[in-house]
Formats: sequence, structure tokens, C-alpha cells
Amino acid sequence: MGVDRSGKVGWLTTTVDALVNWGRKNSLWPMPFGTACCGIEFMSVLASRHDIARFGAEAIRFSPRQSDLLIVAGRVPIKLMPVLTRIYEQMPEPKWVISMGACASSGGVFDTYSVIQGIDNFIPVDVYLPGCPPRPEAILDGLILIQKLIEKDSLHHYKVPQGEGAT
Amino acid sequence: MLPKDQLTIVLREKFPEGFIEITEFRDMLTIHIRGEHVLKLLRTLKTDPRFAFNFLSGITAVDHLEMEGHARFSVVYHLLNQHEARRIVVRAWVHEEEPRLPSAYPLWKTADWQEREVYDLFGVEFTDHPDLMRIMNPDYFEYHPLRKDYPLQGRGERDNFKVVKRSIGSKWPSEKGFE
Repeated sequence: MGVDRSGKVGWLTTTVDALVNWGRKNSLWPMPFGTACCGIEFMSVLASRHDIARFGAEAIRFSPRQSDLLIVAGRVPIKLMPVLTRIYEQMPEPKWVISMGACASSGGVFDTYSVIQGIDNFIPVDVYLPGCPPRPEAILDGLILIQKLIEKDSLHHYKVPQGEGAT
Repeated sequence: MLPKDQLTIVLREKFPEGFIEITEFRDMLTIHIRGEHVLKLLRTLKTDPRFAFNFLSGITAVDHLEMEGHARFSVVYHLLNQHEARRIVVRAWVHEEEPRLPSAYPLWKTADWQEREVYDLFGVEFTDHPDLMRIMNPDYFEYHPLRKDYPLQGRGERDNFKVVKRSIGSKWPSEKGFE
């Protein structure tokens, strides 16, 4: 971006990508999928001490159709995995996913028949947060990483593939 | 309530075929009985004024897979007498070939979900249960996972879900793009 100060009227030159990415990264609307203690930790990120609103992500939407950042906080049992997949598919593009905590990322200590060993086996994940549960600072760090990912984004990435086999 | 010796005599007279023994551990009596007679015993313990165990606090089961000299499963009923604050345990022994018990639902309505849980996790069926279906595992689940011969990590149930791939949208750059 550049600012032209020559005339009386100020000018701003930029690209469409930069403008759109600037808007997207500063107005993320998270969809919290809290199933365990990570969900409690995520609540404290929303509260005043850590205050995720500083990063523009305070508009929590419990409807996947109105959100663009899925935060999977907690373990996912086999009975819940089809639900999570459906929630992911209902979110409109562009969308990003944070896998929060050891359980969502790898199953954690729950290596049993009923717990999914990492949601990335079935849905794409952008940022993994280690910890059991992660500190609120780690969640903010993950959010900043998502913002950096959006900065590198381009509208070309959202061309729907054409032709045979396209979804 | 009757002490252990007298209780043994009373129950042996009343259930000559089903009664096995009474054991004691830290003042808690456990009545062992063959599975098909358990409903009659529970009804006696509930309605007989000498016992008056009016509350069923829980049903669970144990899989004695590698213990000799037993039937394989024992279904455990914890009863409570709320007037005298006394507890007693009933152990109904069930064979592996036909794991089947009469339901305690006619005596206590709470047996409904408790027996569904035992059925879900151990595969012990309860005859005359109003709605015997799985309570925790998905309906399509095939095994009874708390049995000792079921592997801890399952038989591939957790790997059979639809995989969603991202066809459009942002991806992390392959080069070192971040700090």
C-alpha cells in the first residue's frame, strides 16, 4: 500500500488481495466446537483479561454458516466425528481450522476405541495448538498465525475447479 | 437386618436352586446367586419387611475372563435401604454361552437405562426390558467394548469416517514464509 500526499485529496493505492485480506484477517468470526476443558480455556480468552476482541475475533457464532474460523477444542469421540465433519462442510469459504489442545490434535491420552486420534485424519487443519489445555496466550498466538496465513492469501486460491471431477 | 449366618439360612431355604453363597468385605454383604433367579431375589429384598431395600443405586457388570471356577460375567446390583441406611450387593452370575438375565425394570424404573448401559458395554441381554438398545455407543456399533477380549484401541471403528479434503482456499506456503 502507498499513500499519495501530492494533492489536496489523499490517495491510497493497494491491491484487491491486500484489501480483502486486511478485512478478513481482522474480522474472523470463530465457531467454537468446545467438548472438554479446552472449551473452558477458550472462554477465558474471550473474557476481559486476555480479550480476543483485540484481534477482531470476538464475534462468536454458534452457527457454522455465519463463521469462518472453526476452533475444535477438546476430544472428539467417534459418535461426534460425523457431526464435526458436517459442521466443517456447512461453513462457507473462506474458512480456517484451529485444532486446539493435545486431544483434538492427536487424541491425547485417550488412545481408546472411542476417541478420534487427531481430527486432521478427516478434516483439514491449519494451526495446531499444543498443550493440555493450551494457555490463553497460545490461543492468541494461534489466531495470529491464522492472520499471517490470511495475509499470504490470494483470491486466486478460491477459484472453484472446473471440469470433470470438480466438487 | 439379619446377620450374615441367619441371612444365609433364610436365603438358602427360599432359593434352594439359585443361592450360591454370601461373602463379606468390610461389613458389606454380597449375595451371590445364579442369574436366572435374580429377579425373585431382588423382589424379596425389596418387598420383604425384614430387608426393605427400596432403592436401586446402581447396576454394573464384571467380566471374569481368565478366572477359573466362575461363570464369565457377574452383573452387580447395589441396593440401599433408605430407612435404616443399609446397603447390600447382589451378584448375579451369567454364563458366556447365553448371557441373559431377567430385567429388574418391573421393580425399579431406574433399571431401564442402567441395564441398557450393561447391555451396551458387556452384551448381557435383559429379557422383558422395555427398550433394550445401545445407550452410549453408536447404533451401528458391533462389539461390546468393556469385555476383556475386546482390544483397548478397538477394531478399526475410529478410522472409518468420511475424509474431507480442501480443494480451494488458502494453504501454508511450502517455503519458510513466516518469521
